[in-house]
Amino acid sequence: MAEAKIAPRTPPTKRDWSWRSQAFRGLMYQILAVVLIGGAVWFLAHNTAENMRIRGIKSGFDFLMAPAGFDIGESLFPFDSNNPYWKAFLIGITNTLRVAIVGIILTTILGTMIGVGRFSRNGLVRGLCQAYVEFFRNVPVLLQLLMWYLLFTELLPDIADAKQVGGFFLSKGGLSFPEPVWAAGHIWAVGGLVVGLVAAWFYRRWAQSKFEATGQLRSMVWAPIGVVVAFGIVGWLIGGAPSEFNLPKKGEFSVEGGGSLTPEFLAVLLGLTLYTAAFVAEVVRSGISSVARGQGEASQALGLSKSQEMQKVLLPQALRVIIPPMTSQFLNLTKNSSLAVAIGYPDVVSIANTALNQTGRAVECIAIIMLVYLTTSLSTSIFMGWYNAKSAIRER
Amino acid sequence: MAETIIFQSLPSRPAPTQTEGLVPWAKANLFANWQSTLTTLVVGGLLLYFIPQFVNWAILTATTVPNADACRAPGVGACWGVITEKYRLIIFGRYPLEEQWRPLVATLLLLALLVASCTRAFWNKWLILGWVIIVSVFFALMYGNVLGLTKVTTDRWGGLPLTIMLSSLSMVMSFPLAIAVALGRRSKLPAIRTFCTIYVELIRGVPLISVLFMASFMFPLFMPQGVTIDVLIRVFAGLTLFAAAYMAEVIRGGLQAMPKGQAEAAASLGLSYWQTQGRIILPQALAMVVPSIVNNFIGLFKDTSLVGIVSLYELTGSLGLALNGDADWRPYKLEGYVFITLIYFSFCFAMSRYSLWIEKQVNKSKLR
Repeated sequence: MAEAKIAPRTPPTKRDWSWRSQAFRGLMYQILAVVLIGGAVWFLAHNTAENMRIRGIKSGFDFLMAPAGFDIGESLFPFDSNNPYWKAFLIGITNTLRVAIVGIILTTILGTMIGVGRFSRNGLVRGLCQAYVEFFRNVPVLLQLLMWYLLFTELLPDIADAKQVGGFFLSKGGLSFPEPVWAAGHIWAVGGLVVGLVAAWFYRRWAQSKFEATGQLRSMVWAPIGVVVAFGIVGWLIGGAPSEFNLPKKGEFSVEGGGSLTPEFLAVLLGLTLYTAAFVAEVVRSGISSVARGQGEASQALGLSKSQEMQKVLLPQALRVIIPPMTSQFLNLTKNSSLAVAIGYPDVVSIANTALNQTGRAVECIAIIMLVYLTTSLSTSIFMGWYNAKSAIRER
Repeated sequence: MAETIIFQSLPSRPAPTQTEGLVPWAKANLFANWQSTLTTLVVGGLLLYFIPQFVNWAILTATTVPNADACRAPGVGACWGVITEKYRLIIFGRYPLEEQWRPLVATLLLLALLVASCTRAFWNKWLILGWVIIVSVFFALMYGNVLGLTKVTTDRWGGLPLTIMLSSLSMVMSFPLAIAVALGRRSKLPAIRTFCTIYVELIRGVPLISVLFMASFMFPLFMPQGVTIDVLIRVFAGLTLFAAAYMAEVIRGGLQAMPKGQAEAAASLGLSYWQTQGRIILPQALAMVVPSIVNNFIGLFKDTSLVGIVSLYELTGSLGLALNGDADWRPYKLEGYVFITLIYFSFCFAMSRYSLWIEKQVNKSKLR
């Protein structure tokens, strides 16, 4: 029987320049996208340049060097209306960062407490925490800011009869509080704290290695904190124990001396903190409830103590779930601080708004706002991404 | 001697403690141990101190007479008269008084449409037609100039109709864009992926207010000579672009959660890219993220309160409009805030309950 010979088929030639080729189609789609988007950007840019030329709007960032011509209610460093615009923007940025950083710290503490409170064995606490979350989450943050500002500026007593609690004064003018007078001795206290931190870090490493070698448990939280505090106090004593406070005093028409916070700052801080805390609480709650129940039971079966169970088993797993949404809540708080413009806290948006109205350079001012927030957002998400990668599951 | 074994019945055990009812519940949840008891006493004491004060202010000593003098009388608590006097201005903004049935009807229609869109029985292609019709009716009613209705320009629109219209329409309009961007971010084509990523990260990195500033101050510069666009449309476009970036991330989350086997099975059946996405991946992915989409909508609903900053008088803005210029009523702004807080809260709370319910519905298929 003759073997039927099948002529070897030549493989189909690759036709790269046909619609049937996925690579070719992909290339065409991309070229199309680039052309379309490039064209749109060019169209908008061209129109903008044309419109600005016709209306006689000058462009460029040279206005930043000109004197600002307006005063700023509160700033971390001295400013008057003769100072240039760039300095005004700098104050705006520091004010934004100030309220955002303090807000993030406070909201983390409050939100975690409320989130953990949702697991309380006390029904009243559970219910209150839930009511808090439901209420603050479902009302616009702008409305909350406006409401706090109203409470601070209308319903508090006048400055002349400010409410006094200890060394604190609360009135329409804001909150005044005792402020330590900066003295050379404080440098020693700070130095002591730094030395204490280093010592605590070494102690923790030593205690951990001892624990791993012998199984003997040493205090990992309270002892290091005690070391830091003790070194700080020793430093303070070496520095001559400066204990002078600048106390606010009630004058005829105002509260003088001491540190003070304006009602605008307080309203923004309180509004943002309470609003974001509701979201943080939900993040914490879902993080904790995401850890399987068996994990806690297993660690008890291994004989871990309650605090070890929390530190070594539950928290590391919950944190993995908590960190990404927590990052976006922190970013939301920072971005929402831009609402300060509605109540006159001089953050970067409100400074840019004033500058925009005075100079008419809309493009430049809005670009500055966006740049500031983009930088903050991107650097925060890079940092949190690094932290998240550190706490992520190491898969083998 | 044979030992006799006498069987004696043991004394009966006490009945199990009651575990249902108010008293056992309180015992377990309020007074389980001394810490819990202490907490209950402290927290309960605080509640007993503050709640009566609030009730006293808000109800017992409150007045609803629309008369500022009645509110200034000593011993009067909340002055709800400011609401009875100004509610039309707060809810409808500067819309002409005798024409306010129009925004009322238009808003009710839009609300009915929203409720229908949240009901599973209506999830079919007729819903799209319903949207087109009702949105057209909405604008015809609001703007007028047809069927003998007088023309009301957009700068007089305001209040709750504006809030609901801006949030729901920008949400719906952002949907196709969001799907395209979400698919684009997962595309294998580097140029498209880069564009989509830049768009999403750019928008999500900046606050909404800067987008609104851009819509308000920069859009007029973008347009060719002689073309002017109404501020309402500009703000609407800004909100849509903003919402689309967030929505795209939600949808991308759904796409990522799809098992790879789905796409592979579709490929082995010979489906093309668009068939795979349109018939296999997207329907499942979207159903999975409906709760997040609703949460997104709640966020957008709250965020519309910001358009007041670029002088569109939605609910928050119209409250300021109603009270800031009126020296008689301005002292009672707090009551006004409480009023619109209640409006916002009831909308958002209802939607968040719906989101929870739909989440349970979506997860039902996984609970076999």
